[in-house]
Amino acid sequence: MEWLNAVIQGVLLGGLYALFAAGLSLIFGVMRLVNIAHGDLIVLAAYLGLTTSVALGLHPLLALVLVAPALAAIGFLLQIGILNRTLGNDILPPLLVTFGLSVILQNALLEIYTADPQKMDAGALETASVSLGGISLGVLPLLTFAVAVAIVGALQWVFYNTALGRAFRATSDNQDIAQLMGLNKAHVYGYAMALALAVTAVAGIFLGIRTSFDPAIGGSRLIFGFEAVIIGGLGNLWGTLAGGVILGVAQTVGAKIDPGWQLLAGHIVFLLILAVRPSGLFPKVTG
Amino acid sequence: MPDPILQIAGLDARYGDFQALYGVDMTLAEGDVLAIIGANGAGKTTLMRSIAGLIRNGADEIKFRNVPIGALRADQVARRGIALVPEGRQLFPSLSVEENLLIGGRSGRQGPWSLKRVYSLFPILEERKRQPSTSLSGGQQQMVAIGRALMANPDLILFDEISLGLAPIVIRDIYRALPGIVSQGMSAVIVEQDITKALSISSRVYCLQEGRVSLEGASTTVSREDISRAYFGIE
Repeated sequence: MEWLNAVIQGVLLGGLYALFAAGLSLIFGVMRLVNIAHGDLIVLAAYLGLTTSVALGLHPLLALVLVAPALAAIGFLLQIGILNRTLGNDILPPLLVTFGLSVILQNALLEIYTADPQKMDAGALETASVSLGGISLGVLPLLTFAVAVAIVGALQWVFYNTALGRAFRATSDNQDIAQLMGLNKAHVYGYAMALALAVTAVAGIFLGIRTSFDPAIGGSRLIFGFEAVIIGGLGNLWGTLAGGVILGVAQTVGAKIDPGWQLLAGHIVFLLILAVRPSGLFPKVTG
Repeated sequence: MPDPILQIAGLDARYGDFQALYGVDMTLAEGDVLAIIGANGAGKTTLMRSIAGLIRNGADEIKFRNVPIGALRADQVARRGIALVPEGRQLFPSLSVEENLLIGGRSGRQGPWSLKRVYSLFPILEERKRQPSTSLSGGQQQMVAIGRALMANPDLILFDEISLGLAPIVIRDIYRALPGIVSQGMSAVIVEQDITKALSISSRVYCLQEGRVSLEGASTTVSREDISRAYFGIE
């Protein structure tokens, strides 16, 4: 039963990792941009959530109503103002610029909020649990997982059932020909980044409710996100959710064997999958 | 003579340091069909990409309805009413047949062309509308590429190498459909390797040789000898 419990807790933890990864997967899928600052943007969302909920006396989840549009606006402006200028045939400029952005974000957060760990207060939600067949499941992890499934499903719906989704896929297929259809690729990329950072806002708030955070933790969130994206297969959103779950289960089962193995077990499973299936378990198939 | 819809004057198109076109002058009258012929590497595709905005040039080098468009981006050119059927079809592989057509019409320009009209022109596309575009044969893909451009309801449509790589029977079908397409008041520029077909569909013909216009004339009056000289540069 304890092993089953570890697996179930891992699946639920995977929901949080899928939230970390969904924005990365979307951005890579649309514009082949690897955003090194993604983890720091998650932490930025957590801090904005903290500030909003404290200042307005809101529950952190309600703060999302303000933080998600704010992050979307930041994403659109960031893409139009800076990142679009780095995109081209060379993969290095966007890597360097987003790395620089990561350093700037970390130091700005340090300056504003100090290095003291912070945490959001979500009241009873943090400790509420339900018992299912002798296994106690936290309401917060269940909610996180449900939100991750809903977000991946919604993103998938946008991609395959809306004009915006068609524009994302067409621009991803061939930028030049997409421009011939009257699509301004700078704006299409802006909308993609806005959508990705709105999802990042959700990830940041759930992170901030679940655990304490400080300005330096973005890097490890970026790694978890990357691992989930790569395990699942680049550009496949349901694959990203599966990747998050596999990573979560690897970590909780690893921790069950030895508490010190939690992170290492996740990295080892990631490396094993990368060695056996370099394109991930569910790579996007086109053509 | 009707007013020109497209005027190209002294177009020097470049890919980085490489100059592909040298002082190209060209005029297309409203409602006319203009054919461009020339050997491989003569600059035909560069000319098409320049008109469509995929290669940006001096603003005044290309005018559309007397408005300079030479320096505009491709999406801005498209919204003004110019559509390109690119060489090699270049459909979007992650979009279905119908989605490829729908994205062609996203600029919202009004006109006679709709999904229904494209399906009546190419009925096979309606049967295959849910399939991935890349699962179609070359000829059917060309129909999607043409339909995608028509969905934009352009005033000027550019066909780049419309029959390249297609079976003769497919080429025949596409050429049968073309008069119906361009008789709707649309003007057209057609790049074609097959000189007989190019002359049969157009009212004027231009020949490019090494990036320069080597022949210009009415399709009905240019002689085979003139074309051979202009095409191969043989004196």
